[in-house]
Amino acid sequence: MTTASSADHPTRRDFLFVATGAAAAVGGAAALWPFISQMNPDASTIAAGAPIDVDLSPIAEGQDIKVFWRGKPIYISHRTKKQIDEARAVNVASLPDPQTDEARVKAGHEQWLVVIGICTHLGCIPIAHEGNYDGFFCPCHGSQYDSSGRIRQGPAPANLPVPPYQFVSDTKIQIG
Amino acid sequence: MSGPSDYQPSNPALQWIERRLPIIGLVHSSFVVYPTPRNLNYWWTFGAILSFMLGMQILTGVVLAMHYTPHADLAFKSVELIVRDVNYGWLLRNMHACGASMFFFAVYVHMLRGLYYGSYKEPREVLWILGVIIYLLMMATGFMGYVLPWGQMSFWGATVITNLFSAIPYFGESIVTLLWGGYSVGNPTLNRFFSLHYLLPFLIAGVVVLHVWALHVAGQNNPDGVEPKTEKDTVPFTPHATIKDMFGVSCFLLLYAWFIFYMPNYLGDADNYIPANPGVTPPHIVPEWYYLPFYAILRSIPNKLAGVVGMFGAIIILCFLPWLDSARTRSSKYRPLAKQFFWIFVAVCILLGYLGSQPPEGIYVIAGRVLTVCYFAYFLIVLPLLSRIETPRPVPNSISDAVLAKTGSRSTPMVSTAIVLALAASLFAGSIDSAKASEGSDQPPGNKWSFSGPFGKFDRGALQRGLKVYKEVCASCHGLSYIAFRNLAEPGGPGYSVAQAAAFASDYKVKDGPNDAGDMFERPGRPADYFPSPFPNEQAARAANGGAAPPDLSLITKARSYKRGFPWFIIDFFTQYQEQGPDYVSAVLQGFEDKAPEGVTIPEGSYYNKYFPGHAIKMPKPLSDGQVTYDDGSPTTVAQYAKDVTTFLMWTAEPHMEARKRLGFQVFVFLIIFAGLMYFTKKKVWAASH
Repeated sequence: MTTASSADHPTRRDFLFVATGAAAAVGGAAALWPFISQMNPDASTIAAGAPIDVDLSPIAEGQDIKVFWRGKPIYISHRTKKQIDEARAVNVASLPDPQTDEARVKAGHEQWLVVIGICTHLGCIPIAHEGNYDGFFCPCHGSQYDSSGRIRQGPAPANLPVPPYQFVSDTKIQIG
Repeated sequence: MSGPSDYQPSNPALQWIERRLPIIGLVHSSFVVYPTPRNLNYWWTFGAILSFMLGMQILTGVVLAMHYTPHADLAFKSVELIVRDVNYGWLLRNMHACGASMFFFAVYVHMLRGLYYGSYKEPREVLWILGVIIYLLMMATGFMGYVLPWGQMSFWGATVITNLFSAIPYFGESIVTLLWGGYSVGNPTLNRFFSLHYLLPFLIAGVVVLHVWALHVAGQNNPDGVEPKTEKDTVPFTPHATIKDMFGVSCFLLLYAWFIFYMPNYLGDADNYIPANPGVTPPHIVPEWYYLPFYAILRSIPNKLAGVVGMFGAIIILCFLPWLDSARTRSSKYRPLAKQFFWIFVAVCILLGYLGSQPPEGIYVIAGRVLTVCYFAYFLIVLPLLSRIETPRPVPNSISDAVLAKTGSRSTPMVSTAIVLALAASLFAGSIDSAKASEGSDQPPGNKWSFSGPFGKFDRGALQRGLKVYKEVCASCHGLSYIAFRNLAEPGGPGYSVAQAAAFASDYKVKDGPNDAGDMFERPGRPADYFPSPFPNEQAARAANGGAAPPDLSLITKARSYKRGFPWFIIDFFTQYQEQGPDYVSAVLQGFEDKAPEGVTIPEGSYYNKYFPGHAIKMPKPLSDGQVTYDDGSPTTVAQYAKDVTTFLMWTAEPHMEARKRLGFQVFVFLIIFAGLMYFTKKKVWAASH
């Protein structure tokens, strides 16, 4: 080390500086990871997000219920014939977020509309059976959805999303 | 921080800011060009280590507060769920809990360094007093933090410490009620402790700023205790002190990581894994190791008020140190007598710490009194006297003279002090174990566990067999309330598939409700459910078991421990021996004997057990040969059952143990490489300055 003691060997010193700095950067980034990761949902929260079963038999025609899945309100509407016809009579091309009613319900179960009841504008909860389209009305900023949960008027950009669900039997669905 | 900055940034944007708020200049003059004595040794690195630890504690504490629930009914469980469910929750909790110990370890080194080298002397008195204030705030913060998990030691520690204030004449009882916010330690106490535990670190940070400010006005002291005179005596803070401190911190991180990843419960008390119970006091209430010397002083004085005054006085006396020691020579390096008395004082403190961990009886009481007198005598008699009678050796003219005069022999005292301190640290650390109840007699035999050591893993077969034994035998009396069925399918567990865990869950009936009719009902278990308790509540459990509620088994292997005296704890530290709990549980399961030996009588309704404290246990012998069938051909003996079920209970106590050890290995590889790089970089930087 007698000759390597000063700046006359810049390459070795530079290498040390760069290597130490790089190791510090890698270590710092790795140490940061647990601090960020802890903010994600924990294991019990994820486990609590398991699918739920909903019994449809008590819901009369024209009624709707609200259930919660993963902290979100899910509207389940038992639509009337009139509501279904209204939803299907619309010219799809004229909609802000074009989607057919058939694509939003399960074939053979047209009377059941299942949507996540969160306004696609800024996350408020629309009121069911309100508004000009016999669907949903969000009082916060005036968005109106039709009986298929599609946006028709107001600032919301998209239709009410349909959560993943399937019919376990004719009167029972599993959401999730 | 002293005087106007001559810092002139070249960047116009920085110039604009600098003219309006000279903060960059402040940082520049304090941490870049600031002149540092060039003879500082590594004891000076602990200032940087302490800053690092304060930052670490605040950072991890803020994160833990995001997941913790400060409620008497929920606090214990929320801590357990942090460790079990939150992503890296176990790591963050270990970092914070071990961090407290590391913080105190560093602060003691820092304080003793100041004591040895006379860092409290003129013109650094205010700097020193600010340090004592920081230390007091740290003690308050550490105590309140220890209360938050709401375990047995937390609860009773809080009771004992708050009761100290009842010693105050006339107002004592009212003050204690005021501190509690109730008739006893309870939910209001926990709430305010949480609030204050969150607040105080920021006050500490504030006083640290003052401490550093005062330091930068007076300048750093140094091992030779002479003020820098010329430019040759100092080096710029950056890069010299910066890189040296970073190397010191990275070495300290190795010690810190040893505890975090391999011995996370070593410095804690097993009783704190038992939820707080206002009806039962642990056999010995001991504070964390860093308070033990003061606890010993408290107990040594046979008068309530005097004891409390003595304990607080032992800390407050440090404030008067600059005036008690009026010697002209700063550094004990040049004070032959002061040097010897300093080491005697260190030994007194360590022995006081040891006594604080022992039951207050017999020789311990007398030794405690003698050492308490010695402690105060050092400040009140020895130091004032020494400053009059001692003839110090000649002090070098300047720091550069001292540096040039250094010979090869200078490393010897460094090595000896390092050895003494390492011994001291391990003695402190070990005294926690010896603080355990002395009433247990037979030491349970040690087992060989697949999960011991740095690369230990759970034996999947043993976990599955143990689960079977639990389900068929233990579950009729004991709950497992912190384990969810989904945990069975998690990595590091018994190795079930998700479907197997769901099928296992559906065998159980779980109480749910109310349903639409307002009734409670039973349904099959789901993966997200926790193992149900066999009894609807604690009263029912008591009634069914002759008055003794069977404990929940989730944490049993962590909540049980036994005495491992000197020198085992030193060996334990290096071998990472953490198996007291499982050894104990396994031993109790096998320790039943039908007939109590001659001369031993046990109460009616209890059973004789070789290893249980007092030998009288309410649990009848739970296991007998051939009781549970194994599919994998393992012997169906009590010894095998005990080992399997204990392994399983060890997993229920710490489901992430394998992840902890695996990450620990990676961290160690990184830290060793990093510390090595730091060392060579530091060498280069300092070589260029000669």
